[in-house]
Amino acid sequence: MPTRRRALLILAGLVGLSQMSMALALMVGSIPIGPLEALAALFDNGGATAGEVVRSLRLPRALTGFACGGLLALAGALLQVLLRNPLADPYVLGISGGAGIGALLAIVLGLGVSGVNGLAFVGALGAMLLVFGLAHGEGGWTHSRLLLTGVIVAAGCGAVVSLMLAIAPEDRLRGMLFWLMGDLSQTGDPKLVLILLAAVLLVSLPFARELNLLARGADVAQALGVAVRPLRRGVYLVASLATAAAVTHAGAIGFIGLIVPHLVRLATGNDQRLLLPASVLAGGSLLVFADTLARTVLAPQQLPVGVLTALIGVPVFLFLLTRGAAGRG
Amino acid sequence: MDPPDLSAPLLTTRALEVGIAGRIFCRELELSLQPGESLAILGRNGAGKSTLLSVLAGLRAPEAGEVRIAGASYAQLGARSSARIRGWLPQSRSEAFSSTVLETALVGRHPHLDRWDWESEADARQARQALAAVGLAELAQRDVQTLSGGERQRLAIATLLTQAPQLYLLDEPLAHLDLNHQIATLELFATLNRGEQRAASVMVLHEPGLAARFCSRALLLFDDGTTLQGCSDQVISSDSLSRLYGYPLREVGAGELRWFMPA
Repeated sequence: MPTRRRALLILAGLVGLSQMSMALALMVGSIPIGPLEALAALFDNGGATAGEVVRSLRLPRALTGFACGGLLALAGALLQVLLRNPLADPYVLGISGGAGIGALLAIVLGLGVSGVNGLAFVGALGAMLLVFGLAHGEGGWTHSRLLLTGVIVAAGCGAVVSLMLAIAPEDRLRGMLFWLMGDLSQTGDPKLVLILLAAVLLVSLPFARELNLLARGADVAQALGVAVRPLRRGVYLVASLATAAAVTHAGAIGFIGLIVPHLVRLATGNDQRLLLPASVLAGGSLLVFADTLARTVLAPQQLPVGVLTALIGVPVFLFLLTRGAAGRG
Repeated sequence: MDPPDLSAPLLTTRALEVGIAGRIFCRELELSLQPGESLAILGRNGAGKSTLLSVLAGLRAPEAGEVRIAGASYAQLGARSSARIRGWLPQSRSEAFSSTVLETALVGRHPHLDRWDWESEADARQARQALAAVGLAELAQRDVQTLSGGERQRLAIATLLTQAPQLYLLDEPLAHLDLNHQIATLELFATLNRGEQRAASVMVLHEPGLAARFCSRALLLFDDGTTLQGCSDQVISSDSLSRLYGYPLREVGAGELRWFMPA
């Protein structure tokens, strides 16, 4: 268990990492911008083109990326505790599937960015309410019932998504596929997601020690003084909203929500008081790094960022996993 | 928050009916446990021992009747205050995530900490003392997932000692333990009952001889939903046990110690 002092040190280090990722995102691209120039552009007195590129293109995109990465990592960490399953990720309960149906429908109908976002959010909320309603049978829900319901709803949404891909007109397919893989190129104003990220983190942190107990089992937590029922509902709601917000803004970006909480857990242990804020910072940074790569590696072509998060995340994760196993064995 | 009523019995039940999935294990159960007392619950597999214990711990709702600890119901106390009065030892545990032995023992401090508190050095000292009391001091930094069944059981007991409640509800406290640790565990709880904190314990046991030796009172749960309770010396006899387990048992003994052998 980390002491409060050590936790703050780790978080300070991660704040540094996120600033590095932001700086890189502002500087790198088709027009390279130096660190001083980028900094100056932020305060509205940089050169005309560079300032414009930083302020209206790169900064909103990087901030949206950071917020979405943070939301996904936080939702993943919360769901892994709620379901007591290290394999849980934000999409396991069908929220991304619901959002996917909404978003693809909007793309097929030819709606603009706000239409896609709006329908994606409606779809995410629909899936969330459906899973909650079905899993909450008589006598409350157990985590296995919730997990099973979520997996089945996700599978159903996946089938609808495949059906829509199969019958969609050719010219819409590329946009649909990019959305499904996760894409930050169509982002707008980052304020809303940033505020949501802050709100979700601030709501979760006071319950972090209770989440530590919930991870050890509902009965154990209840016997040690945790009001389990309201806590579980709250965690489900918060994690679902976080996922819905991220998916709405950036599409179904994979791996962040699964891998980042694990990376942090392997590096710092499973104390949610550290794990939750550290996951937010690490998830945000990873997504910003990945997105910077996604728009530069094959420039001028942009890659879907979801592919990059997986390509970065998987080897790092496997490395830490084997190292952890060797250390224990 | 009101302090617990010290004059009230630690545990009382009134007209308690406990069941699961349409099966009733006991009806109209009246229990009253004073500080310093210990109660053994005996019964066959599936007689409802664990279900009754989780109802007593406030983790399940009874079919009818009520449970009070230190004079108040669980609903009145709330989860956190309840956890400072009663502790519960689960029959089985699974750890989904790895954590060290010391961290696991430290979760027992949860009900004593405020929302923003972190575990202090005093809390850690208390956890280490609890680990030492069950003989796990050397394993403090080990990963829980590498422990044996008996070590996990002793760790769960250490977590309970770290929680330091006054009423101990123990579901098979001797499971997975070898003989010396069985006796050490029972003596540990007997010491707590005699000590100045005047604890009380309710334990599900499978060995009537140990129940007679370490518990002042006993509650027998028969398969037909009837119960028999009273002083261990009277309730635990070869007659009642033969009826309880559906197999003839013979009492053997030397002086204070009584043992029950399958005839």
